Amino acid sequence: MEEYNLNEALGNAKSFRQKIEEKSGVKLSDCYQCGKCAAGCPVAFAMDYTPRQIIRLLQVGLFEEALQAKSVWLCAACETCYARCPHGVGIPKIMEAVRIEADKKGIKPEKTLDLFTNLFLQSVEKYGRVHEMGMMVRYNILSLKPFQDATSAPKLFFTGKISPLPHKIKDNGAVKKIFENVRAKGGNV
Amino acid sequence: MKYAYYPGCSLNATGIEYNISTKAVAKHLGLELWEIPEWNCCGASAAHNKDHLLALALPARNLAIAEKEDLDVAVPCAACYCRMKATQMEVRNSAEMKKTIEEVIEMEYSAKNEVKALLDVMVNHVGLDEIKEKVVKPLSGLKVASYYGCLLVRPPELGFDDPEDPQTMDNLVQTLGGTPVNWSFKVECCGAGHSTAKPAVGLQMIEAILRDAKENEADCIIVACPLCFLNLDMHQKDVTSGQDLNLPIFYFTELMGVAMGYSPKELGMEKHFVNPVPLLEKKEILRHPSARREEA
Repeated sequence: MEEYNLNEALGNAKSFRQKIEEKSGVKLSDCYQCGKCAAGCPVAFAMDYTPRQIIRLLQVGLFEEALQAKSVWLCAACETCYARCPHGVGIPKIMEAVRIEADKKGIKPEKTLDLFTNLFLQSVEKYGRVHEMGMMVRYNILSLKPFQDATSAPKLFFTGKISPLPHKIKDNGAVKKIFENVRAKGGNV
Repeated sequence: MKYAYYPGCSLNATGIEYNISTKAVAKHLGLELWEIPEWNCCGASAAHNKDHLLALALPARNLAIAEKEDLDVAVPCAACYCRMKATQMEVRNSAEMKKTIEEVIEMEYSAKNEVKALLDVMVNHVGLDEIKEKVVKPLSGLKVASYYGCLLVRPPELGFDDPEDPQTMDNLVQTLGGTPVNWSFKVECCGAGHSTAKPAVGLQMIEAILRDAKENEADCIIVACPLCFLNLDMHQKDVTSGQDLNLPIFYFTELMGVAMGYSPKELGMEKHFVNPVPLLEKKEILRHPSARREEA
């Protein structure tokens, strides 16, 4: 087990902790580590740190460890933890804030989840809506899994569930403008 | 009764039978759905992972268009519903955020109208009495596990039902003449996009849900979300015990349609991966009750 100097970590991490609290709107000291979140989390079996442990890392200032955690990417934002938290701690908001901070620093421990999000948003910016088939084809190529879900493709295609052509909306560029305006405000897109 | 209707991307693609059955059932019940013209993707499942403001602004444009018509919005997809409610709540709670969002979408939006899940609209606003009157082919003998998943009932502030043991769909099943199944996984998460981006994790989550329904002797599962549907229906063959499960998945609107006398084809059911028609035939639901009585 690694040893940490917590006094030093706590001192260094003050600004990061403030940033996560400001972005998430959640006070980290509200968590008293009961672990109910971890008990109910449907993705905990695949996580490196349970939701409770992620909060503990942030509380004691081990933010590098939190930023490298796969858990914040694996979180499905299902809100089970928040619904069950006896102290109303908005854990999904913390997961979201840490993931965005990691993303901004180029830390992406879950490459396929990052790729999925990026391709999804590229599709939305380009067409105004998600073009599922185009996105999945690009995902399979870029994730080097060309045959993932290939057995489902013919049925999806012949029942009209996926189409090779995107549905573009006539919004006079309103959606592109939303992306531009978010960027102009310093957004992470 | 008139609502603005936000179908969302999936209902034009992998969730097309949800759209078809919703339109059929709404028309049958005299519920007018005005589709928001040139609606855009709400960003659900992706935008919130990248940028908080983007996640609020994408739904806001659609809501602003509906607000101009002074209409409440009915949303069939649970993920879209949750994102739209999140935007509505932030605008209502913060004048500063309202201003920022309006600057980003370059439209006015004051969140004065309501965002409602289609299930809520059907069960609580059209009402179970109205629905019951239209039932001509009751779902007799059909044991149905109602699967709510996450974002229809969570976070608790957004939902219209209990986050741990919701009853809206169970009550609907009973009204349609079916038997609601008591099971443990009605609000467990199906992993959403994990079945694609992290299959080893996603498929395990899906299998747990399907198995619990089966173990509690459900004949089928009903859902109110196109992503839940895709995971439980299309990916059923991909989970370890999938080949043996043969558990048909329905949108709640499809079972409403069946009970109201529509044929599976009119509701788009031939598009399912797990063919639900043999089950409906076995339970003799597709035949008119009077025909069943004569034979008896």
